[in-house]
Parts: sequence; C-alpha cells; structure tokens
Amino acid sequence: MIPAEFDYEAPDSLQEAIELLSRRGGDDPKLLAGGHSLIPLMKLRLSTPGLLVDLRRVPGLHGAQRKDGHWRVGALTSHAELARSPLALAAAVAGSIADQQVRNCGTIGGSLAHGDPASDLPAMLLACDGSVTLQGPSGQRTVAAGDLFRDYLETAVAADEVLTEVRLPGLEGWGFAHRKFHRRSEDWGVVGVTALVKRSGDRCEEVRVAMSNMGSVPLRAVAAEDALRGSSLTAEAVDAAAGAAAEGTDPPADLNASSDYKRHLARVLCARALKEAAGLT
Amino acid sequence: VSAAVDHAGGDGRGHVGRAMRRKEDPRMITGRATFVEDISVPGMLWAAIVRSPEAHAAIVSIDKSAAEQRDDVVAVFTGEDMAGDFAGPMAMVWSPPGVPINTPENWPLSKGEVKHVGDAVAVVVGTDRYGVVDAAEQVFVEYAPKPVVVDPERALEQGSPLVWESFGTNRTHVWRVSGGEIDAAIADADVVVEQRIVNHRTAGGAIELRGALGDPHGERITLYSATQVPHIARFVLSLVTGIPEDRLRVVAPDVGGGFGSKLQVYGEEALILALAKRLRRPVKWIETRSENLMAAHHGRDQVNYVTLAAKRDGTLTGCKVRIVCDLGAYQLLLTPFIPELGFPVMGGCYRIPAIDLTFEGVFTNKMCTDAIRGAGRPEGTYWIELTMDRLASELGMDPLELRRKNFIAKADFPFTTALGITYDSGDYHGTLDRLLEHLDLDAFRREQAELRERGTYRGVGFSTYVEVCGLAPSRAVGPQGVGLQAAYFESAAVRVHPTGSATVFTGTSPHGQGHETGFSQIAADRLGIDPERIQVVHGDTDQGPWGWGTYGSRSLAVGGEAVARAANKVQEKAKRICAALLEADPEDIELADGKFRVRGSPDKFKTMAEIAGAAHVPPQELPTEIEPGLEETAFYDPENFVFPFGAHACVVEVDVETGKVDVVRYVAVDDCGPAINPMLIDGQIHGGITHAIGQALYEQVVYDEQGQLVTGTLVDYGMPTAAELPSFETDRTETPSPVNSLGVKGVGEAGTIGATPAITAAVLDALAPLGVEWIDMPLTPMRVWEAIEAAKGGAAA
Repeated sequence: MIPAEFDYEAPDSLQEAIELLSRRGGDDPKLLAGGHSLIPLMKLRLSTPGLLVDLRRVPGLHGAQRKDGHWRVGALTSHAELARSPLALAAAVAGSIADQQVRNCGTIGGSLAHGDPASDLPAMLLACDGSVTLQGPSGQRTVAAGDLFRDYLETAVAADEVLTEVRLPGLEGWGFAHRKFHRRSEDWGVVGVTALVKRSGDRCEEVRVAMSNMGSVPLRAVAAEDALRGSSLTAEAVDAAAGAAAEGTDPPADLNASSDYKRHLARVLCARALKEAAGLT
Repeated sequence: VSAAVDHAGGDGRGHVGRAMRRKEDPRMITGRATFVEDISVPGMLWAAIVRSPEAHAAIVSIDKSAAEQRDDVVAVFTGEDMAGDFAGPMAMVWSPPGVPINTPENWPLSKGEVKHVGDAVAVVVGTDRYGVVDAAEQVFVEYAPKPVVVDPERALEQGSPLVWESFGTNRTHVWRVSGGEIDAAIADADVVVEQRIVNHRTAGGAIELRGALGDPHGERITLYSATQVPHIARFVLSLVTGIPEDRLRVVAPDVGGGFGSKLQVYGEEALILALAKRLRRPVKWIETRSENLMAAHHGRDQVNYVTLAAKRDGTLTGCKVRIVCDLGAYQLLLTPFIPELGFPVMGGCYRIPAIDLTFEGVFTNKMCTDAIRGAGRPEGTYWIELTMDRLASELGMDPLELRRKNFIAKADFPFTTALGITYDSGDYHGTLDRLLEHLDLDAFRREQAELRERGTYRGVGFSTYVEVCGLAPSRAVGPQGVGLQAAYFESAAVRVHPTGSATVFTGTSPHGQGHETGFSQIAADRLGIDPERIQVVHGDTDQGPWGWGTYGSRSLAVGGEAVARAANKVQEKAKRICAALLEADPEDIELADGKFRVRGSPDKFKTMAEIAGAAHVPPQELPTEIEPGLEETAFYDPENFVFPFGAHACVVEVDVETGKVDVVRYVAVDDCGPAINPMLIDGQIHGGITHAIGQALYEQVVYDEQGQLVTGTLVDYGMPTAAELPSFETDRTETPSPVNSLGVKGVGEAGTIGATPAITAAVLDALAPLGVEWIDMPLTPMRVWEAIEAAKGGAAA
C-alpha cells in the first residue's frame, strides 16, 4: 500500500506549524498527529495531501492537567496515555479503542479533528459537553463539542488551525458508562453509546447520552434524555427512555449493519449504558 | 533460543513422537527469515499492475502515454503488447473423463475484455517502487461496461448475463458421482430431510502477500515466488513463457502462509518472468493487501441442496446432494475440481448405502475460486454434519446417538463406501468418547438450563468428521482416474556428509507447517544422528529431486514417508559399511541408541560420523562393491489416500439482544495417526479451528450486485484475532494408517474441515428455545438478530 507523493515538514513550534498551514494552503496540507486515521487513508489513496505537517516536535501538547474543575488534555496525548490517566470516563473510552498499537500512536486531538462518527472519542466529548481549543493565524478560539462536528469527517477546525487542547468537565456527581458494540475487539464500533447520569436521590436530575456511528456526526440521544430527565431511576424507566434512543436518527447501512439493526443496537446499548451509569446493574 | 529442549539423549527413545521445538522459529521470531520481499538483486526494476475497476467490460482504449513519459518508467505493456511473450495461456489441469468443461483462455494480461474487478489490464515497469504505483494511476483505460452477474444461481437462469458469450451459458460443467440405488433409498426411507446450505466465499488470508522476482542471469532465469508449489510452477511457467525447464529455476524462500491461496500458478508469476526475459533486467512485484483480496483466488462459494434419508430408527439409507459451485470468471489451475476434491468423504463418518452427488460449475463476474483452507472438504463436512443434526431433530433422536448408530465401526476398516472409496482406518466412536470425557454433556445441559432461566443463552454443537488427504495416489486422481493431468507422488533425498551431519531434500514446500522440524525427527531416528545435525532443504527446483509441493495435508503422509524411505535406504547402506568395518554380517547390524551396533555385542559399534567418514574416504577394509558416498533418493506414490478424523465440540454464548456470538469453549479430539511431533499437530489444529471460527462467524468475501468487491481491506474482510478466540482444548487418539510405514495421516486442514459445523450447531442449540432453526454462515450479529426476530414472528424490521 503506497501513498501518493507528498512533502513532509516537522516544525519545532506551534506558530511555525500554523504558518506552514497558511503558507502552503494550496498544497492541501494535513496535520499529522498519531497518523492512525490519516496514513491508512493515504495508503489507500483516498486522501492525497501535498504536505504533511508533523506535530511531533511541537512542545506543550501532551498530558492532562486539572484546572478550575476541568481537565485540560493536550491534543497529542495518546489513547494509551489517556487510558492510564485519572480521567475515568475518558480513560475507559480511550482504553476501548482498537488495539494497543493503535492506542500507542493515536491521539485525542487527531481523533476529534478527524471527526469520524464511528470513532469513540467524538461521542465521549459530546456526552461530556466538553470543548476544544483551536489555534490559528488570528489567535485562539474555543469550540464546544456540539459545534465541532459538522458532517462526515468534517469539523469546525479550519484548514489553517491546529486543535491544541481538549477540555473535559470533572464529572463529580455524575455516573457514567461507555458501551460499544463491535464485531472484533479491534474494530470500530457498529454503534457506541456514552451515557452520563446525575442522580438526585432516586430521581434522574440530569442525563446526557451520545452515540457514535448513528449518523454523519456523533449524535445526542435527545428523546431518550428527555424521557429520563426528572423521572425516577428504575430499570423500567431506563428501558422506556432507551426505547427512544434512535428517535430521529437515520444511520447509513454498511457491511455489518442495516439501518434498522443500528437503531436496535442503539436502544440496547443505551439501556445498558444508562443502567450502568445510574448504578442499576 | 534453544531449538531443542526435548530431544533424545541416548535414553532409548526416538526423536519421533516428541514435542521438539520448531527449528524454524529462531529465524522467524528474530526477523531473520527471508521472504520474497526481502530479496533484492542489483539493477532490479519494480512492476505495478493496472487492474480493472469494472466487473465486466470491453476495453475500448488504453492510453499509456503519460505513464511512459515519466523518467522513472522503463516500460508500460498491455495484453496486446505482450501477445508475443507467452507461448500459451495459463493452465487448468482437470479434464474429467467424458465430461466437457468450458474453459476460457486466461492470459496474464487481459485482451479486449475484463471479467471481474481486479482483472489485470496493463503493467508498469520502472526503477522506483513508489513511482510505478503512481505511474499505474496514469494509465488511462476506457471501459464499455457489460451486464454483470454475481449470484451463481441467477447465473444459471435463462436470460442471465453471460460471463463468456462464446459458450452460450454460464454453466462450466456438470459432474456426477454416485453409488448405490439413490432413488430407491429415498423412496424406501421413513424420514427424508431436505436442506439448502450455503458455503459462502472466503479468502486465504495469508499474512505474507503474493510476490515474485524474476532474475535473468546468463542463459537462465530464476523466479523467486511466494508459492506452495515451486516444481509445479516451473513446469507450468515453462509452458506458458516458453522458457525451457532446464533454464528456469523457481525458488520458494520462506513463505508466510498459503492456506491454498499459493497453491496456484498465477498470471502475475508468468508476467514477471516474461518481463524479466523481455527487458533482460530483474523485475520484482509485491502485491498490496487490496490486490490480494481482489486478485488472489478465493474459496468455497457453493450452494448445497442436501437430501438425507433414513429409517425411523435412524439408520441412514441415502444421501443426495446438488452442489452449485461459483467458480468466478476464469478457470485457474484447479478451479473446477476443488468442489469435487471433497467427494471421497462426502457422506462423512457414516455408513450410507447410496450416495449421489452432482456438481454444477458456474461462471460469475467475480474472482476465481480455487483451493482455500480445506478445499471442498469443509463444504462437505458442513452439509453432512448440519443435516445430521436436522435429521436427529426430525427423528426426535439425540444427535450424538444418531451419529453413533451410523458410524462405520472400528472393526470394519478398511471400509469401502458407496462411492467406492476405501477409508483406510478409523475409530469414530473412540474420538467421540474421548471428546465427551473432556466435555461433560450432562453437566453442560444442567448449566445451560440454569443460565437460560437468567436470560443467558449458551449452546453446544458437535462435529464428527472424516477428511481425505495425503494427496494422492496418482493412479486414482490422474488422467485415467478422476482426470487431473498430473501425478501426486513425493520425493526426498537424504545426503549424509563426511563428518556425519546430514541434509534432507524434500519436494514438498512448507510455508509455516514445520517440515524442517518434523522431517528432521523422522530422518534422525533412521540415521542415528541428532535432529540438530540435519538440515531440511526445500522450495528450490535446483536442489533435490522433483516434487509436487505442499497442500491437501500431503506433506507428512506422502513427503514424510518419502523422507523415511530415503533415510531407510541410507541406513541400509550404513549398515553394510558398518558391517565391513566391524567384520560382521550386515544382517547383524542394528541401529540402537544412536549407534550402529553388532547385535549381541554391545561394545562393537560405529557411529554415523565414523560410517560417513568411511563412505567418503573409503579405507582398505571397505569392499569395492560398496559404492562410495552416502546419499539416497526415494520417490513415493501412495497406494491410497489417508483419512484423518475427529470429534469436535464448541460451546457458545449468544447475546440474544445484539445477536453477538462468543465462543466460550472449543474442544477438539483429532486422530491423525501416531504423532511425529505433538506440538506441530496442536499448532495446525489451532490454526485450522481459527480459520473455521473465521468462516463461521466473521469472514466473508462480499461483492455487491454490480460486482464491486465490498470487502477490499482487512477492516471489512474480518479475520478473527486472538481476542476473539477461546483457549483451545485439544486431545488426540492415535489410529495408525496402513497406507504408509509411519502410520501417519495429514493434519494441516483437519481443524478447518472439522470445526465449522460445531460452531453453527452450537449457535442453533443456544437459540433453539427461541424457535430459531437455521442461519446461514457467516453467523454475524445482524444475521443472528434477524433470525431471532424472524422466529419471534415479527419481521426483522
């Protein structure tokens, strides 16, 4: 598998990387982080960037730090690093990605900027109501999870911007769970569900559910959330709410699953994830 | 790394039968193996192949000017450009007596038309490996699409698009084999079960891709190829390219798996040779994984219509099967014969008075099928075993009881079946009994019932299989037999060097099996030297005698027997030399504890090193009638096939909400005769079961209705990984074969032949309480879920 010809730069600073993206815009430049989505696409010649800007030498993009009740995770933090981090939900999700070799290379920033709806971290970000920091020629901006994913493999990250940081809430007081259905352990999920539940006694005070691979972007299961919010947290209530998980979705059929089967899986996984998040299992 | 932690140390035990570690592994696991990919020669060019994106089309025009203008491109050739470079088309070697077969001409590069996605259209040769791939994208081919047919049964219907208009039909041939009175058997039966069973298309999935390097030097050309059959390749490629055999050397270096996909002589190999000859430069081609999935031959792809008839007490009376075989677009080396290859054991372990099999070959606009992972026998095992379960259900009998009732009894071997095939030896009750020692069925049924109460669905499935291997008695399969234009003997040469180490040459061609280890053990016991002092040389037509390669679980039962025979000849000569040296009668010399001793005088002995020294530098006392040297050759053509057998059980858990199947336990009891090396047997069984789990649950080559290949990467063609597999539980019984002196039977394909029915049966057992009666492979989560939904009475929405 041999990619088409491309130029390669590995700048030493973020500023330099952004300048390269601007200056070489005509070459359809791509940022290279872990490369575990981009390189396979290039080898299949489905992606043919003229320039790769490798972020490996850019300092300050690694690790997770707690600040003001939030976690700030550097964009080049690998899935393996994240899986070992104290961010319980993000660690669980990152630890479920593909296999160890992929987790050693793949990064949270790369996964979010790539915006594959079948990937796990975009739905996790959406469920957590997290955000990302983008750095461009005209400065820095923050984009909330709900505004990041525009369409299939299309995000709010501009061609001359670098996703530098991911912000995730602390999740104190929340129960959470991640359920992914895949054929082989290293496969992308056929459907994945991340659920967060905030209890108030026996009642559901707040709930957020995000699903992967149920559309061209990761989706919130709004109808299921609405059904559960404020209700008592019983298995029956969760099942009833999960029954609405696929409402309004139109997931594309693929080799492994028809649209109907995906909707069915979304309901099953939603029920399982909500029960675990609500402490009902 | 010590290769031999467990070898004979003068304790009187031989090397055969021991779990000696693989001699191959140190180089394999330290990255020092040599695959075709690792071989480079000075001045080497690279080739990239332009392949058809169309499933069926006329080639209107090919514009190669842009590619030709590149500095790094040496030549671009189309099928027409190379018309003069081939002496003949690629070979298909089956002509069954009295049965016509439609066989289209198959050239390394297409001429005028393409017949499947991936059909080779042009080749680019250049100085840079990356550059030729870029250049191949600059060869612009205009296609005029033609109607496409991908479903073999639709291809047989009136009005179907024709893959080859010249034949006027998509049917390639019809071959019927029968014995006994099938119509009467069915008419007289109390119960007749009919079942349509799909054996879907799978790939070989070898981790090493195909590759070829043609290296001209002087008057000769060497072809390095990732092949299972170097000698056959030279034979066929000599005919295709016109290069005389004496000038053509074919080398199969280390080969990283084949599973039948490299039991082929591919157009690409002929193409690379022709390019090397024409350009007078070495030319190398290594395929990509995408090319492998679209253009290395596939396997299976059959629809089986099975009729099984029995008396009320379960006694089988007859078995009639119509087998529709999707052969793809061309006939490769053995394409039309592969479904038939399983016929000797179609009917399984059972005494069936009447068997009637009809094979119908069909062209479709897909890659050709040929030998893959068991080749014809897994399909046959699958339909008989699952139909036996259906029959048991129909009769209200326990499926194992039905099997026991119909097993050919141990005392009845050799047993001649209704088809006139003689099974050599067997103990089918014995392997099943042993299996049930490992799997307490009553305890499982109790656990199963308890778990179901809690909504957990587990099931158990069984397979009692017999397979046919040790290919092959040449008279049975050759021109006057079933009609292969070939023979299937095997060869070996054993050369003892002057200092007493030895080299064994084999005509077989391993690609992961462990021949270097097993054949060393066989030779060691016969030569009285340590296996570590024996090198096994294979895969090179310039070294050792002619041989037929490795496939069909033949290497040990045919090639290993040839090694034993050649080593026995050396031993006989060594005894004569020893007798002369010790002034004894050759009849009184025995090989014991690694020394050639005079019987009754334990102090009088010579070692092989002393004897080999005398053979090469003959002393005065050696009689002149003993030829110098210590080297012998044997050619062995077996009298019969060998028939390994076994009993497998699979336990699965099905998530009935999602349809996902997990293999919880897999227990295999196999009988391949006396073990040469039990560790090699376990490895083969593990690999075979893994392939079967792959076929049953995960893997399928999928084409859409336009003939586009959907499973073009290993993301979509889902071979299972270690994470999907249980820890296999294996055991053996040892029933010797009377066919060869080692008593051995093959084991390379036993797992993949025996295991698929057990897996499917386990899923059906788990889902029986939900009313699910049938699911065709692969049992993907969606299919299982759909079957559950359908059984509920609601449509699988």
